[in-house]
Amino acid sequence: MKQVFKRPQSLKDAAFHFCPGCHHGTIHRLVAEALDQFHLRERTIGVAGVGCSVFLYEYFDIDVAEAPHGRAPAVATGLKRVLPDRIVFTYQGDGDLAAIGMSEIVHTANRGENITVIFVNNTVYGMTGGQMAPTTLLGQQTTTSPYGRDFHQDGYPIRMAEMLATLEGVAFSARVALNTPANLQKAKKAVKQAFEMQMNDMGFTIVELLSACPTNWGLTPKKSIERIEKELIPYFPLGVFKERKGTNHL
Amino acid sequence: MEKRLFIKGNEALARGAIKAGCRYYFGYPITPQNDIPEFLSKEFAKVEGCFIQAESEVASINMLLGAAAAGARAMTSSSSPGISLMQEGISYLAGSELPAVIVNISRSGPGLGGISASQGDYFQATRGGGHGDYRTIVLAPDSVQEMHDLAMLAFDLADKYRNPAILLGDAILGQMQETMADKPYQSLPLPPKDWILTGPSGRPPRLVKSLYLKDGEMERQNWRLFEKYGRMKKEEPRFETTPDPDSELTVVAFGSAARVAKSAVRMARAEGMKVGFFRPITLFPFPEEALLRISQRVKRFLVVEMNTGQMVEDVKLAVARDAEVTFYGHPPGSPPVPEELLEEIKKAIL
Repeated sequence: MKQVFKRPQSLKDAAFHFCPGCHHGTIHRLVAEALDQFHLRERTIGVAGVGCSVFLYEYFDIDVAEAPHGRAPAVATGLKRVLPDRIVFTYQGDGDLAAIGMSEIVHTANRGENITVIFVNNTVYGMTGGQMAPTTLLGQQTTTSPYGRDFHQDGYPIRMAEMLATLEGVAFSARVALNTPANLQKAKKAVKQAFEMQMNDMGFTIVELLSACPTNWGLTPKKSIERIEKELIPYFPLGVFKERKGTNHL
Repeated sequence: MEKRLFIKGNEALARGAIKAGCRYYFGYPITPQNDIPEFLSKEFAKVEGCFIQAESEVASINMLLGAAAAGARAMTSSSSPGISLMQEGISYLAGSELPAVIVNISRSGPGLGGISASQGDYFQATRGGGHGDYRTIVLAPDSVQEMHDLAMLAFDLADKYRNPAILLGDAILGQMQETMADKPYQSLPLPPKDWILTGPSGRPPRLVKSLYLKDGEMERQNWRLFEKYGRMKKEEPRFETTPDPDSELTVVAFGSAARVAKSAVRMARAEGMKVGFFRPITLFPFPEEALLRISQRVKRFLVVEMNTGQMVEDVKLAVARDAEVTFYGHPPGSPPVPEELLEEIKKAIL
């Protein structure tokens, strides 16, 4: 019998701890498939951010370093500078990357470090229990914006993929979603492209993935998928915002 | 015989680091340690080293964490306020058991403080500094020669124990120029780095982490670290002492305060006073055994520091119960002068 579907080699045979309807599992799989496709597993080091994604090492069959909250791009910089022929990626949530780690992500991108950043944007702090994130939408209720995010008080949700695309050091910056089979295919393509560009020493690559957090959104998995289409995508448009064609930085 | 060089403390330290095989440096400008990154940014180009001027001390210490996890000899340097910013990362280095060298060419504080020499960071360096129950190896040079020699030793001790090592200098030690012997690097026997992250090629995946959530894991890890710090306490205390079996008083000081104290002790002896001298070189592990032995003969101690009293607590904990410990503090601004300390010696000995 022909096998048509299997666990990627880059993932361990372990059950995800993620909540039902959470997209982390899907994103783990997309990354693992990209590593498999380019035969990168044996030379890949992942850097786990702080949050639900900290358990990267429970699922990926690769070397992993744990970074302090927000500092994954700096840790990845150290790793990659010592091991330029290895594949290094960070896996960070929106609180980790766009709040506490804003300085590290911007400067790592600006230096054009040849690493890949997997940025999971679910508009909320997941692990700590659903607090407001820098990407929380206006009006969105969270445990620390119980009346809905108000720009007078909290400012506006940050569009990271667009912002980083303005930096010369960035080779690839894209935003994708996982809410439909078509979007999933585009997400898969973007993740693969990011790793392929790193293999080719193209510089800094980032893929922002709009992701569901049913538990902290207080929605069912199905309603969460609908929310991505109705609320997230209109504010966080999908697309490729930067794509460098050559290795020359300017 | 080695060549002798007439150089600044900061440069001596950077030269020592290169000799010890340090090829990765991450740092952010701050006075009075800028000679270190300036020297390394120039010299690393000649030895295929990697120099990054980071966006902050927070980024520096985490780049250091990444480079250490990849198995490289790496360092950062800063001065007091910058070292405060690094404490989170130092705690992670200690928790993840990563070897790295952190240089603090300390200045005065609290707050923005000033750029003059101070010993106000003794507690921060020797008590861990960041969150959690950990210790860092702390080396305290008192000369340009030791800035160089202890920089080399710091890399070895960090690797030996898989632990961050801090070299605690100050503005005087960093900025003053002295002659020193250009000694070669001689490595201690070191364990293999069989834990570094390189990608799991032909071996199971490796992990560098400090998160322990499962029942009992964190407690076991803390006891394991405690046992490691115990080994350091047994094997690594270093100190300088001037033996004087008849002495009635021992003056204790570290770093640049020890230089002044030593001069004062010499003057006191010239006047016929029976005074000994003791200088901890490792601040952690603190040479408490050696101090205890001295205190079984000599019952009076005078501790001199360029702060309002920090190491004096360790001296009190170390010496015999019937020993009397007095303290002379000279907070930052200008350093103490030997004549001033001579007066204190006279008061303490009478």
